[in-house]
Amino acid sequence: MSNNSLVSISDYSKEEILDILDSAAVFEASPNQNTLAGKVIATLFFEPSTRTRLSFETAVIRLGGKIIGFSDAATSSSSKGETLKDTIQMVSSYADAIVMRHPLEGAARYAAEVSPVPIVNAGDGANQHPSQTLLDLYSILKTQGTLENLEICLVGDLKYGRTIHSLIMAMSHFNPTFKFIAPEELKMPDEYKVFCRKNGISFSESTELNDNFNDADILYMTRVQKERFQDLMEYERVKNVYTLKNDMLINSKPNLRILHPLPRVTEIDPDVDKNEKAYYFRQAQNGLYVRQAIMSKVLKPLIPKGE
Amino acid sequence: MEKKLKVAALRNGTVIDHIPSDKLFKVVSILHLDTCLNQITLANNLESAKIGSKGLVKISDRALAEDETNKIALIAPNAKINIIRDFEVVEKRPLVLPDEIREIVQCGNPNCITNNQAVSTRFLVLKDDPEVRLKCFYCEREVKIEEVKIK
Repeated sequence: MSNNSLVSISDYSKEEILDILDSAAVFEASPNQNTLAGKVIATLFFEPSTRTRLSFETAVIRLGGKIIGFSDAATSSSSKGETLKDTIQMVSSYADAIVMRHPLEGAARYAAEVSPVPIVNAGDGANQHPSQTLLDLYSILKTQGTLENLEICLVGDLKYGRTIHSLIMAMSHFNPTFKFIAPEELKMPDEYKVFCRKNGISFSESTELNDNFNDADILYMTRVQKERFQDLMEYERVKNVYTLKNDMLINSKPNLRILHPLPRVTEIDPDVDKNEKAYYFRQAQNGLYVRQAIMSKVLKPLIPKGE
Repeated sequence: MEKKLKVAALRNGTVIDHIPSDKLFKVVSILHLDTCLNQITLANNLESAKIGSKGLVKISDRALAEDETNKIALIAPNAKINIIRDFEVVEKRPLVLPDEIREIVQCGNPNCITNNQAVSTRFLVLKDDPEVRLKCFYCEREVKIEEVKIK
């Protein structure tokens, strides 16, 4: 197993997280570099995710590396019944690192166990998506100037939202205060509240969005998915209550920024887009620099000095 | 006196006593006793003052290793393990939950890689809370120890 894999945000210490964010700022200032020259990176997307794949591939290409891979399991040998282990063993004999998205939870950890080259998890089912978490942190740092002592309001699907859960884990290093706003069906699971209490993180809960975020520094919105609801009437009600509109931002703090992992559907009204507090498209762009930082870190021991 | 008539004494080996009756065959299974060639005595539904109805396993001429007996802690934490030599108890072994459990537990998450491909399971035992939980090494889901599914 390669110890340099990035499977879960908890694989990184506070210092490693801060290193990635520092390094992302360097790439933002100067995105075209040659740190991955001569390296081949495989992007194995067993389920489609255009945004994440293009972001990783752009990151590699801007660092001078080359890409092999597939963007849909239907076009790969896994459609013929090849096991993940065999695919990883085969690809790791071609590539210096593997970026992988897989529909099964735990697939990335398993791949990291059987692969001699580093695995970067680009999402394993509903489990982990650490590059998303790191780009969220980078966006928070960039807009607030610090990660310490912030009030972060998390809205929407707090039950199944993996980006939300990973963000809580990652922010736990920086003394945050959380406000969890979710409909009853999609409330924050107990294990994360237990985690907060154990780590001395204060939080409050609410079921209504309204202007509950007037003290917040970050408003992190997520998509409320129809398929999560047993009662479709309830979904219709929730969908309307959980739509952020521009006029709801009147009393918010001047430094407030709105984040969203995208794609958004109805939860942010398009009239918010022109507000300077809307940061979600810049957030997606930040993903490129963060992924450049991740790929550089993951491949660092393989890059000879002087390159 | 009556007890001795029901289950013959063991000269050398391992006795596992106070297994809840509904867990006896799980213990047999996780210790792989179905393929063990030593003489084995199983008894079940014996009266027990402590737990009502209990099961018992005696394995002749084999002292189970600690990593084997510790697996029992998962399903029958109050079982008593005695190592016997020449009809004497030479060791009363406390059951200690291991830090990691491989293979015997099935992940409860149907979307976990271990339930979909030939991957043997691996669980980390989280003991820092009063309520012990197992965390799947792969999909990272946690489960309370009393809700664990044994394969």
